[in-house]
This record gives sequence, C-alpha cells and structure tokens, in this order.
Amino acid sequence: MTGFVTTWINAVIQGMLLGGQYALIACGLSLTFGVMRIVNLAHGDLAVCGAYLGLVLSTALGVPVWVVLPLLLPGAFVVGAVLQMLLLGPSLRHGVLAPVLVTFGLSVMIENLLQVAATSDPRGLNGGSLAVASFRITGKITVSWLFVCAFAAAVVVLSGLQILLSRTSWGRKVRATADDPDTARLVGIRVLPLFATVAGVAVGTAALAGVFIGTIGTFDPFAGSGTLIFAFEAVVIGGIGSLWGTLAGGMALGITQSVVGQVNQAYAVLAVHLLFLAVLAIRPAGLFTSHQEAREAGALG
Amino acid sequence: MTGANPASEGSGVPLLEVTGLNAFYGDFQALFDISASVPRGGALALVGANGAGKTTLLRTIAGVNRAASGSIRFSGTDLRTAPPHRRVSLGISLVPEGRKLFGSLTVEENILVGAAAAASDSWPLERIYGVFPMIASRRRQRAAVLSGGEQQAVAIARALAAAPSLLLLDEISLGLAPVVVESLYETLAELRSGGTTLVIVEQDLQRAMAACDDLVCLLEGRVALAAPVSSVSREQVVAAYFGQVPSGAP
Repeated sequence: MTGFVTTWINAVIQGMLLGGQYALIACGLSLTFGVMRIVNLAHGDLAVCGAYLGLVLSTALGVPVWVVLPLLLPGAFVVGAVLQMLLLGPSLRHGVLAPVLVTFGLSVMIENLLQVAATSDPRGLNGGSLAVASFRITGKITVSWLFVCAFAAAVVVLSGLQILLSRTSWGRKVRATADDPDTARLVGIRVLPLFATVAGVAVGTAALAGVFIGTIGTFDPFAGSGTLIFAFEAVVIGGIGSLWGTLAGGMALGITQSVVGQVNQAYAVLAVHLLFLAVLAIRPAGLFTSHQEAREAGALG
Repeated sequence: MTGANPASEGSGVPLLEVTGLNAFYGDFQALFDISASVPRGGALALVGANGAGKTTLLRTIAGVNRAASGSIRFSGTDLRTAPPHRRVSLGISLVPEGRKLFGSLTVEENILVGAAAAASDSWPLERIYGVFPMIASRRRQRAAVLSGGEQQAVAIARALAAAPSLLLLDEISLGLAPVVVESLYETLAELRSGGTTLVIVEQDLQRAMAACDDLVCLLEGRVALAAPVSSVSREQVVAAYFGQVPSGAP
C-alpha cells in the first residue's frame, strides 16, 4: 500500500520538476507574445542553438557547461536583440501574419544550418558532477539535483522577470508599450530599442532552457520544434501574458506527462496534448487567468 | 551679428512655427499647406469640423505622423527629421484625443512613463499632484478604473511629467461633465501663467476662444481662418468652420 502511494507521489514530484523546464522554455515565448504580439516559432530552435553554443564553449574550454553561462547568456541576449532589430521588428510593420512567416522561416533555416554545421547526431552537454547527483526525500523517492536546479532556475527567472516588469522603469515602459505601442511612442518611449531588449531577454531565457534540456537529455538540430510545442502549450494553459500562469501551465503539463507515464509511457505525451486541447476548448483564456485579466488580454489583442 | 542671436530668442521668435505643411493619412492627404505659429507663452485654439485635420496636425507636430513636406520649427530648431522621443525631450508633449492612458498601469506609473524622455526635471510627482490633487489619492489605482474626468487629468499629468514648454491638447473636454471641463480649463490657465505654451483643439468654440489669444480654423485640411481671437467674431469663425463664403464676397 505505502509503496503504491509513494509511486504516485513520486510521479507528481517528478512531474512538477519537469514542469519547471517547460516553464523555463515557455517564459520567453510568453514575454515575446505578451509584449510584442509576436508568436516566435523559432523560439525552440533558439533554445537548441543555446545548447549547441554551450556545447562548443564547454568543449573548447574543457569545463562543465555551467561555467560558460556567463559568456553564453549575454551572447544570447545580443543575438535576440539583433534578430529583433533586423528581422522581427521590421516584419511587424507588415501585419500579423508577416512575423509568423518570418519566424517560421527562421526556424527552418536554423534547423538546417545546425544540421550542416553539427550533423544530426544527438548530443549531450557536460553537466559536471551535478548531472549525476541526486538526493533522497524519503525511502523510495529520489530526486535529481539537475531537475531541482532546472526548476529553481525557472522560479528565479520567472520571479526576476516579474520584478523587472513590475518594479523597474524598464518594466513600466515595457508594460506601457504592450498596452498601446502608438501612445508609447507619443509619450517618448523609444519602442524599437525597448523591443530589442525584450527579445534579448527572451532569447537569453531560451538559451538557458536549452542548456538544461541538453544536460538533462540529448538534443539534435531538429529538437527545437518539439520543444516549441511544449512551451506553447504551457503558455496557453497558463494564460497568455501571465508569467506565473506559465509556471503553473508548465507544471500542469509536467505532472500530466509524469502521472500518465506512470500508467503507460506510450500515452504520456499524448495526454499532454489532450490536456492542452481540453483547456483550449473549455477555457481558451487559460486555466490561471481571472475573467478580468482575460477580458483585458482580449482588449489588448 | 552673432551677438544678436541669443537676444533675439525673446518674445519675437515664435515657439512653434509651422510652414507649408503637407501630411498624408495613408494615401489620403489630410493637411494641405498649413502655416501657423504660436508665440512663447501664447495659446492657440485649433478649431474645425470632424475630419478637418486638427488631430493629424497635432500628431504631425508631435512626430507620430510624418510630414510629407513643409517645415516645423520649435524654438528655432527644425523638427523635420526628429523622432517623437526627441521632440518630447525638446519640450513638446501631446495629450491625445481619447486620453489613451496605459490601462494596466497605475495612475502613478502612467505619469512616470510620461517622464521617460522628459525635457527637464521641473515637473516632479509632488508638483503634478499639487496641480491635480484629485488624482493624488488614486495614485496606486489602475488607470482603467478611473472616471472620465480623472482619466483626463492623468492624461494631462502624464504629458506634464515630460516638462513640456509646448503642450498640445486634443479634445480634452470630450464626454466630460461641464463642471469637470471647467476645472480642467482653470488648470490650463494656471499652466499658462506658469509659462507653458498651449495649442488647444476644442469643439466648444466659446471655450476655445475664451482660453486662447489666437485661433486657427481648419476646413478639409486647409487653413480657413487664422486670426487673433480679439479680431474675429463668433459668426466669422462659424462661417469658416462650415466653409461658407464670407458675406460681402461676390
């Protein structure tokens, strides 16, 4: 009996931790959509790029990938900012469909360039001793430190973003511009550079997520699309534009996947997609948004 | 000759001078050869029927609409290529029609965002709350939940936070109770006596003429009448407003 209960508790705990990874990859997507109204279909591929960059740097320097994060994250920020200035920003002027097509093209390009440059062999990142460390909660439940770190990273990134957005002058400008870009320009906000910083932050978080994905499992040039679907589902389930909703959405996905996987591994991913469809059908504004917020999100869009 | 330059920056040089301005709204030409000027410390009433081009003119001065040709000089500087944030930091602020507050931000956040490109720090929060005591008590509330009059006050406060020397006001009395409009105009008079130059777009002709020294009436994107308020009658303005030929013409 206790063994039975422990198994399910274990599934829920592992699922929650897995959800942290989904939330980490999803928060950049949520930010990009919430502020700039861009559905970035290349977000997952940018995360995979982050993993490859981590691979190159950590192999070259012969250190675990964590050590190169201080190089990798600013690099990802710059890549995001430049992409926004040169590609995404200009595409926004041509209606809502143009950015979708541009990011789709970007996704295809990144995947094929990665394949040419790195072949389609699956790779893994050197996570050092952290990658294999684990600790025991009770007799039967063991938790990987790496999963705990990924979850903690998600919580830190999401709270950091939340604080930046709600407390700083940068965050005020970002929220004002998300509300009404035209009036933001009118009151003197420089919208293009502001959007570049937002895109930089989004790609930075994607790269961090990519590093965790590449350390926990393996990745190949085409891993981005699958990653994107989970991220997208976490955003929608949590409610678009709500960062804490994104964490909750990611955890809902992770728990579903883990608990269903406990019954039958073959249905685990299918169950996640079914949950997503059910939420879309029943509460299209997301599980964790209030009616008030949903109305405003509708008014914003 | 060089020595005369700073001295001539006095009352003689208009703060804002628009010359031969043409502007388009998409493919549609909204402004034709507009010329107007406002002296430093002055107040200009911009009147005309709906669609006459008043809002387009204000937005072109603020830089969010592009001028196709013509010049806009502010304090002697040519603004032709200046982006909106540059114009704000030079001292031009627009209170847009319909208030356009950032609804998910609090009152105070709206005002702080207005200071993003401020020309100077001469309008700190305390001074703004001094001018609009009614919004001081609501500073932590989201702008979307305020009444129309309060929202209009916040919109003006947001523009003031940029410490403008030229304040452009687009239809600030729209949809507000007369008593609220009265108090807003009292505030504008205070601002003006404090040295702020005003351009006011207003549907209420009487109020516009009472608040300003000069008047420009637009008709279908052209200047139909430009004169000091003291030298025109209400009837003449109404005639220009509707494009009627002045009496006495053949």
